[in-house]
Amino acid sequence: MLDEKTIKELTSKATEIRVLTLDALGYLGVGHLGGCMSLVDVLTLLYYRHMKIDPKDTRKRDRDQLVVSKGHAGPTLYSILADKGYFPIEKLHTLNKGGTDLPSHCDRNLTPGIDMTTGSLGQGLSAAIGIALGNRLDGIQSTVFAIIGDGESNEGQVWEAAQAAAQFRLNHLVAFTDYNKLQLDGFMYEIMNIEDITAKWVSFGWFVQRVNGHDFGQMDLAIERTKAEPVRPSMIVLDTIKGKGVDFAENQVASHNMKMDYATALRTIAKIEDEMGVVNE
Amino acid sequence: MNSTKEMRAVYVETLCQLAEADERIVLLEADLMRATGTQGFKKQFPNRTYNIGVAEANMVGIAAGLSATGKIPFANTFACFASRRAFDQFFISANYARLNVKLVGTDPGVTAALNGGTHMAFEDLGLMRTIPKLVVCEPSDPVSLSQLVKCCADHLGCTYLRMHRKSADTIYDESETFELGKGKTLQTGQDVALIAVGAVMVNEALKAAEILAAEGISAYVVDMHTIKPIDRDLVIHMAKVCGAVVTCENHQIVNGLGSAVAEVLVESLPTPMERVGVKEMFGEVGSVEYLKNRFGLTAEVICRHAKQVIKRKTEK
Repeated sequence: MLDEKTIKELTSKATEIRVLTLDALGYLGVGHLGGCMSLVDVLTLLYYRHMKIDPKDTRKRDRDQLVVSKGHAGPTLYSILADKGYFPIEKLHTLNKGGTDLPSHCDRNLTPGIDMTTGSLGQGLSAAIGIALGNRLDGIQSTVFAIIGDGESNEGQVWEAAQAAAQFRLNHLVAFTDYNKLQLDGFMYEIMNIEDITAKWVSFGWFVQRVNGHDFGQMDLAIERTKAEPVRPSMIVLDTIKGKGVDFAENQVASHNMKMDYATALRTIAKIEDEMGVVNE
Repeated sequence: MNSTKEMRAVYVETLCQLAEADERIVLLEADLMRATGTQGFKKQFPNRTYNIGVAEANMVGIAAGLSATGKIPFANTFACFASRRAFDQFFISANYARLNVKLVGTDPGVTAALNGGTHMAFEDLGLMRTIPKLVVCEPSDPVSLSQLVKCCADHLGCTYLRMHRKSADTIYDESETFELGKGKTLQTGQDVALIAVGAVMVNEALKAAEILAAEGISAYVVDMHTIKPIDRDLVIHMAKVCGAVVTCENHQIVNGLGSAVAEVLVESLPTPMERVGVKEMFGEVGSVEYLKNRFGLTAEVICRHAKQVIKRKTEK
């Protein structure tokens, strides 16, 4: 169980990450704002509380690894990696500029701290399985985390991977679905309904939990529970809000890949920081 | 020589040798182990064998993940599925991610035989050849298969090996060594260059050379086992010596060996050239012999093109 102090620290850190990410996307003027913001909280929890990693040894063999299969959430990851010291924070303003190390979608060769190249939706969970199998062969007990999108789950390969992870009894694989209920063209129930999402994963042989993806206490407890699972891979379905924390993007279909001017981004950042200030007082 | 060996048996024997010496070697299959004949590997290395079921895309993705942990995964399936079905996974998760996946596509072209048109890959070399930095090869006999599998394992980066699965005649002496990107001269000659790839067409090219020799035509025959990177020096050398080139492939003439050779010649030494291969047709069901005739993949067709191209050379 997280104590109040830790929750407060994580909330504050998540706000910093939100601000950095909005700043980078706003500076660029366009980006996958919605899906970046819905993941800020879970990524903050993973990187500042759970993952065993070393920014000075980015390919350390026994590190925990993370495959962000919805590769367009790269910018959130970059904010965290910069904050953790993988690269200078100033680099965030190079996002998507020609020759950058920080491309729109995650790239394991360009960006220190990125474990797998993703972007063609549906492929990341398979790669995460491969990493988990490689770890098992080498006797490494580390956890492989994976994050898939809800829209991404339209892809058949996700379900091929779902079968394989259960078949191979990958209990050190912990996946999350960022269930913000929106895909690029609209609400999932209109485009391609995924319900009953928990029943689907249960029926594929996974240990499934469903929690509020913006509630650190709930998410932390869910991650802790996966550690006792002796056989099954874990799926934690996160009920999230696309664009969470950015008033002009929250729950907007258009937030998937949205244009914004830097002035608006900066105004929103000031507002977010004000609100956070009030909470901290 | 002249002995025949089952290629899949050579493949699994080679893979087991490699795996004994290097614990990074792992094997992935997509419910075709009984076809690719790799049960022997599984018996010897059960913990390093993964049967992913009928899910080629997932198999290639998992192979990519294994490779990210330092393993050297060999992933096998029919050439049609390796290329058409799992292309994006091989492109993005393996190649674009600069990982180290060894994809093996068996039963190329007409050797898919009784499985018919759905299983007949006449385009896999073409698809694979467009992936940056990928090594693309097709051994022609048991010796070159064993050697090239070892070369693929040693190569740091993704490879695609197109594998004749059933029996093939032995062309090379056991002591022959191979290098990726370096074609093998089977005989020198000065009238026409026959550049062939794969067990079916290298053997047909050798037969054609015999027929041509009986008619007083001297053919220079090369086994171009690696079509990417293509052996530019050898192609240019043959074109210089013969002034006429025929390519021979169990594949569409578009974007396979013929295209690779043409690209070299058109930029470096424009030379009269003809391409023997499948021309704008889908695969069909039938015996290998029937299909070779159906698609014009025979020594006779090679001879006809050889004479045509020699005529074009002399008319020039």
